[in-house]
Amino acid sequence: MQDSTIENKDSVKTDVIDEAVERGLERLTPERIAGVINQVLAKETGARFKTYIDTCMRCGLCADACSFFLSNDRDPKFSPAAKVKQTLTEMLEKRGNVSKDFLKNMVRIAHTECNVCKRCSMYCPFGIDIAYMMLTVRRICHKLEITPLYIQDTVNSHSATMNQMWVKEDEWIDTLQWQEEDAREEFEDLRIPLDKDGADIMYSVIAPEPKFQAGLIYQTAVIMHAAGVNWTMPSNPGWDNSNMAMFTGDFEISGRLAKAHYEAAADLHVNRIVMGECGHAFRSVYDVGNRWAGWRMPPIELVHAIDFFHELLTTGRIKVKEKYKKSVTLHDPCNVSRGRGLHDKAREVVNLLCDNFIEMTPNKEHNFCCGAGGGVINCGPPYKTTRMINNRVKKEQLEQTGAEVLIAPCHNCHSGLEDITHHYGVDMEIKFFGDIIYEVMEKTIYQGGV
Amino acid sequence: MNAFIDFITGPMVWISFLIFFAGVFIRVFRLAQEANSKEKFMFSYFSWKYSLRSIFAWLVPFLPASTRQSPVFWGISYLFHLLLFMVPIFLLSHIVLLEESLGWSWISLNDSIADVLTVLVILALVFFAVRRLNVPEVKFLTRSSDYLFILIVALPFLTGFLAYHQFFFYRTMVIIHILTGELMLILIPFTRFFHMFLAPISRAYTGSEFGNVRQARDW
Ligand code: SF4
Ligand code: SF4
Repeated sequence: MQDSTIENKDSVKTDVIDEAVERGLERLTPERIAGVINQVLAKETGARFKTYIDTCMRCGLCADACSFFLSNDRDPKFSPAAKVKQTLTEMLEKRGNVSKDFLKNMVRIAHTECNVCKRCSMYCPFGIDIAYMMLTVRRICHKLEITPLYIQDTVNSHSATMNQMWVKEDEWIDTLQWQEEDAREEFEDLRIPLDKDGADIMYSVIAPEPKFQAGLIYQTAVIMHAAGVNWTMPSNPGWDNSNMAMFTGDFEISGRLAKAHYEAAADLHVNRIVMGECGHAFRSVYDVGNRWAGWRMPPIELVHAIDFFHELLTTGRIKVKEKYKKSVTLHDPCNVSRGRGLHDKAREVVNLLCDNFIEMTPNKEHNFCCGAGGGVINCGPPYKTTRMINNRVKKEQLEQTGAEVLIAPCHNCHSGLEDITHHYGVDMEIKFFGDIIYEVMEKTIYQGGV
Repeated sequence: MNAFIDFITGPMVWISFLIFFAGVFIRVFRLAQEANSKEKFMFSYFSWKYSLRSIFAWLVPFLPASTRQSPVFWGISYLFHLLLFMVPIFLLSHIVLLEESLGWSWISLNDSIADVLTVLVILALVFFAVRRLNVPEVKFLTRSSDYLFILIVALPFLTGFLAYHQFFFYRTMVIIHILTGELMLILIPFTRFFHMFLAPISRAYTGSEFGNVRQARDW
């Protein structure tokens, strides 16, 4: 059995110690371990799980799909099917009677060595969904209470405050008002309308925006105002569309979050929800949380920022003063490309805004994850070094473009890519579409017509 | 001895087919039943359009990115799977047997072509075995049963080849040929060979989710 000591290319040894995992393991008894594992495997999985387990021909074709495998010089332990072999297969064979060392490895594999990006589903001839398998492992970790500390804290925040970052209600409202005030220097009657009943659009963000990146709310307010959009944001919980619980296997909280989000929109009687540039949050309300809450598809039209910006630019609601000059490349966030097919629209938006677009390959549905996705970055500092080693392919991909600016229409990707560019010394500025639109747009108010 | 040969070429063939069909039916039925009782939502995402789109995309050689990434493996694999069905179904001596007992017949392969194709099947299996032994990511996943599967598939082809050429022990070869052929048929529903039926099902579901919900391609 491998240990959790990983050597990177600078031969810095990083022995990952995660307090929550360590303490959680101490509490476990063999009976509880077997009980939880067998309960999840027997009761919470079904035909899909069995089919995947029984169909896998151990052909290894999924290996080439995985950025972890490729970044670790094709180390066989990192292939998608190998992750199943080292976790689920063994639990099934031993009927849940596994050791604590095994569990420790399992937490590491499921939580930090898989971005649940689903790229491998496109490379496995049978379309086996390894991401689903790893999420099932995480469900077991959750029930055994051995989820990594940092991401568990995020889930706790979700549970207590319905947002990801312990943002208090007054903090949220204050931040919006503060941004509104600042933005009034550009447009004197600009508003960030809170709780406006019957608005056309409810705009939602993830909690890091009010917490650290309030400027993004400012930019959005300017864009919305200039485009003459009838929009609002809710003051009550439900304004945050992020969801780490879906990545820790805490499906109950995950479902509650999606429900709160849609209820906030329903209370405001809006026609649709537009969400900021985030990928995992989109997945949460479009594909995951809604299912738990019993909605096959979103009960209220849900539009990702890429889609929305595309609409504003093509309908002339936002006019470009002068196209962006620097050379740009685009990172396709998994959850809106492979997760929602927005990659072609994203390219149109880039071309509407920028003069010099360089493609990154592989791209579109075949993009590589930023390495932060699937809750991996949220496992926090203890795993940062390994996260960098595990996504060398992204760095190589970025370098090959030679672009000055990297557009990443996703919060998670942003953080992940920042880490990569810093760690490997890639000279690239990372921007959201919102940043570029704000820079190149005409700051005049759209006057009807459409 | 003759009675034994009569048995394995007569009733045993029927028994094997019966076990095969019953096994397949029961497994698929159970799967649908389990999906219906625990994951009913899957049916609501299922789409014929996207299922077929995905399955066809994966049937076209070298259309999926995965197949272009490993062209040698895929080339051999496509050919192998095609021949695995084609050779036994269109083999003249099989058709003759069938015609004698049931009066059914269809076009057959020229014997010398069938002979070459049989060798190709065996070579493909050798390639699979060598690949399992040598490619690290495949080796890591491989278990001894995987070699056993390769052997079980190889045996009817190998013995058929030897019997056709009447190199040695003709009678024994024919008997092993018939028995292993029947064994393979019987094993399909109860082993990993069942991927023959699960593959399109699992591809269909992934294709449906990708096409219907995620509006993206899955190849
Ligand atoms: S989901 Fe992504 S990160 Fe996880 S095993 Fe598959 S390709 Fe690798
Ligand atoms: S490609 Fe699919 S069948 Fe092959 S090893 Fe990977 S998961 Fe298993």
